[in-house]
Amino acid sequence: MQTNFILITPNQAVNLVLEDITELTLDDLCRACNAQADIIIELVSEGVIEGASIAQSLPQESWRFTGMHLHRAKVAMRLHRDLGVNFAGAALALQLMDELEEARSRLRGYAI
Amino acid sequence: MEFKDYYAVMSVEKSATPEDIKRAHRKLARKYHPDVSKEKDAEARFKELAEAYDVLKDPEKRAAYDRLGANYKAGQEFQPPPDWAGSQPGRGGYSQSFQDGDGQDHSAFFDSLFRGMGRGQGAGQQRSHEAFDMHGQDQHAKIQIKIEDSYTGATRTLQLRVQTVGSDGRAQLADRTIEFVIPKGIRAGQHIRLAAQGGPGMGNGSPGDLYLDVEILPHPLYRTDGYDVLMDLPIAPWEAALGAEVVAPTPTGQVEVKIPAGSVAGRKLRLKARGLPSKTPGDFYFVLAILQPTPQNEADKKAYADLQTAFSTFNPRFQVEAFDKTPAAH
Repeated sequence: MQTNFILITPNQAVNLVLEDITELTLDDLCRACNAQADIIIELVSEGVIEGASIAQSLPQESWRFTGMHLHRAKVAMRLHRDLGVNFAGAALALQLMDELEEARSRLRGYAI
Repeated sequence: MEFKDYYAVMSVEKSATPEDIKRAHRKLARKYHPDVSKEKDAEARFKELAEAYDVLKDPEKRAAYDRLGANYKAGQEFQPPPDWAGSQPGRGGYSQSFQDGDGQDHSAFFDSLFRGMGRGQGAGQQRSHEAFDMHGQDQHAKIQIKIEDSYTGATRTLQLRVQTVGSDGRAQLADRTIEFVIPKGIRAGQHIRLAAQGGPGMGNGSPGDLYLDVEILPHPLYRTDGYDVLMDLPIAPWEAALGAEVVAPTPTGQVEVKIPAGSVAGRKLRLKARGLPSKTPGDFYFVLAILQPTPQNEADKKAYADLQTAFSTFNPRFQVEAFDKTPAAH
């Protein structure tokens, strides 16, 4: 599933809304997840979140994360906190959940 | 306030060992974890479980709860005894475990027992006295929207109770209303980021952002798959066989659908670019489903019998029989 951010800045004075599509830096993602950078770096190296924009060959300052990365990072951290799985296990769980979701949505195509 | 039976919540005996409790927690947490579970009340059950585990895993809290629990049954009206606050060893120390925020909103019952004294003037406030600048915490909330909102865009109002830091450095609660736009073409799993609407910054730090995680409410007719929108369209067997023109709803208004002759169940008819709006909009699909009438009288039965005669060579089970004739592998 491809997701991106829709940045909405409420303009306090006139209550206008500006929107834009944006990407997150490592710093932004850390803040959004309430996590230290080394946690995010571990998530990248374990393959919990992956993509060309966060290739390990790139310098970390130039990594750019999407909404999907934020979603997966948060799920992985919750699974780690609540179920005691490590990040490799969380990556496996996320992969299986993706496959399950795809299978379910295909099934819905046949059901009435 | 009702008494909560934490042992029942965790399905363990009162005599359970710490290992039993940990095992029960892991097992139930896997079952009801909101990120994993498809159970309807997963989120509520998971919270209840977290609360029960919070008490039973901690020997001090468990002992305090057991002293109290001897006199109560689950669901019974509960008032903490008047001497409760003074009777616990090390009560002030409990505040420590309440700082991790995310998902830690426990019940009033829990609050009455284990919060209160040790909290209130919490660590967050002490931190705000320290002389450094820190970006405020980003916060998350879920919003549920209808498929139709994604087609047209919508305006929503959100009531927030936010913590601010007053001029005296103390934390205060304030109500704030934010109006924001749900942009056209928004999909499940996307985030709306409201800049600077999260937790307050410290010192000269800027406030955090508020992320709204978008969920699409189930619709009785439509379902989404990325930008595509699908709908099951029931038709009669003769409409499938002979072709027909039927009127059907779509999120953008009624359309006349031409069913090609010889259609089969599951066939998808595409309306190009009538899915969710985007630079390259998704498509809308009718998925054909064939409903056959149940015969009510002799004339109906004769109609089916005539069909049987006309299609005397039709074998609906040819695949089943072909499989059956394949020699068994063992």
